[in-house]
Amino acid sequence: MDEFKAKIIDLLKEDARRTPALIATLLGESEAEVAKAIKELEDEHIIAKYATIVNWSKVDGEKVTALIEVQITPERGRGFDAIAERIYLYPEVKSVYLMSGAYDLLVEIEGKTLKEVASFVSNKLSPIDRVLSTKTHFILKKYKQDGVIFEDHQDDHRMLISP
Amino acid sequence: MIKQEPSQTASAEKSMSKYLAPLVREIPPSGIRKFFDLVSGSKDIISLGVGEPDFSTPWHVREACVYSLERGNTKYTPNAGLLELREAIAEYLYESFQLLYEPTDEVIVTIGGSEAIDLALRALIVPGDEILIPEPCYVSYSPITSIGGGIPVGIETFAKDNFKLTAESLKAAITPRSKVLILCYPSNPTGGIMTYEDWLPIAKIVEENDLIVISDEIYAELTYDQKHVSFASIPGMRDRTILVSGFSKAFAMTGWRMGYACGHRDLISAMLKIHQYTVMCAPSMGQVAALEALKNGMEEKDRMVESYNQRRRLVVKGFREIGLSCHEPQGAFYAFPSIASTGMTSDEFAQRLLFEAKVAAVPGHVFGKGGEGFLRCSYAYSVSQLTEAIDRIGNFLAKL
Repeated sequence: MDEFKAKIIDLLKEDARRTPALIATLLGESEAEVAKAIKELEDEHIIAKYATIVNWSKVDGEKVTALIEVQITPERGRGFDAIAERIYLYPEVKSVYLMSGAYDLLVEIEGKTLKEVASFVSNKLSPIDRVLSTKTHFILKKYKQDGVIFEDHQDDHRMLISP
Repeated sequence: MIKQEPSQTASAEKSMSKYLAPLVREIPPSGIRKFFDLVSGSKDIISLGVGEPDFSTPWHVREACVYSLERGNTKYTPNAGLLELREAIAEYLYESFQLLYEPTDEVIVTIGGSEAIDLALRALIVPGDEILIPEPCYVSYSPITSIGGGIPVGIETFAKDNFKLTAESLKAAITPRSKVLILCYPSNPTGGIMTYEDWLPIAKIVEENDLIVISDEIYAELTYDQKHVSFASIPGMRDRTILVSGFSKAFAMTGWRMGYACGHRDLISAMLKIHQYTVMCAPSMGQVAALEALKNGMEEKDRMVESYNQRRRLVVKGFREIGLSCHEPQGAFYAFPSIASTGMTSDEFAQRLLFEAKVAAVPGHVFGKGGEGFLRCSYAYSVSQLTEAIDRIGNFLAKL
């Protein structure tokens, strides 16, 4: 990818609400060039989605996230892909990664309660053919996600005026 | 705690001032200080008033210091600083600006660039010497010259020249008593820089008039469209120049107070005498952090510079769009828009802007000759803060 597009991605990762006009000013380029590059990034699915990072600990009501290590037997000819697809199509599943090491897939599940997540694992995930074992880890607290530190309000501690 | 009666305290304060050295007593308080007091009492301010990065010191630098403290490295270092740090400084200056200094006796580590400038002036000034200072400039040069017994001579620079020092104005300011020229490029507050071609005629005059130059290059890493050219790298100028720099701006290390000076060994040796009798050495923990910054901090520094560059474009365009003329700063992290079109003095404009629009910026007159009619606006702030500040200034101007 060229440097121009890489800079646009950096600026949108910092704040997805930045407009093409603002990005154009920051990079010293024309708005049309920036809009064109963003469109290309979207069309190529390099920018897959504009999302919001939420600090759920500040929101009333329970929300449970779990990371589940899944061991599976790969399928002849399709490796891990077919089973990964069966898993990621569930709406409760937020992310699925193929991993090296002691297990094969890392699955992130989000639910309203512990019971709901447990039920997903026992009733939907574990019964899938070729799933050998699961190990569920509940996330107790998120300190940092996608580069955002949740407990750091990043207040400006500088004096208001200095030489 | 023993309480004193207010009247006792007041009378004691009044009677003690007669003991102060006249040189110190006569120095006016900094214009920035006065404005700082005004700002402190206001609420909901967006400030464009600070001269320091908005980034935290990179974590690996902080961590290197923490580990060093854990290992018990809390002792004095050599007066001139850790040799390893001086070697790293010399290597950095060679690689970046083609400057060759001997780490053992031509480099001294100081408590910020400010101490280095003070040491240089104290080592050089004989009472009555004239010290030439292109202005607008950093607020300290003139007062510390006066404290040292020198006579500060301001040389005005102009927006039409992008605040560059010109040979003509330098020449016009020189008298038989001129001894030192203090340079600060990239410039606080204007963001002006000097190119190799700009320096050549200045160097000629420096040589012809046998001047010593104190070159404050604290913003050397913060240039945008072209690389910094050190005055000491101009042919014949190395031995006439005391190069002053530090870690505050490039590596977001203002509070560490880590600076250095490099120059001819005779000059550095004189500065070292004053340094060893006053502060002994720079703090050892800061020196460890500075070493880490030089060795492994360039990538992070580049990332910060890129971010300043983006914000520079935003503020310059923003000021122009709301009707303030603003030259293109090529270095540091300040824009210096002209407010002359409003008919107000910079002090009046800054105070009204503070109280009516809740935006703090520093009035240009505090930076000396040529600063009146301008406002120093730091862009070491987030994009959203800068956008909001420019909106507020625009609304303020619209109501005038």
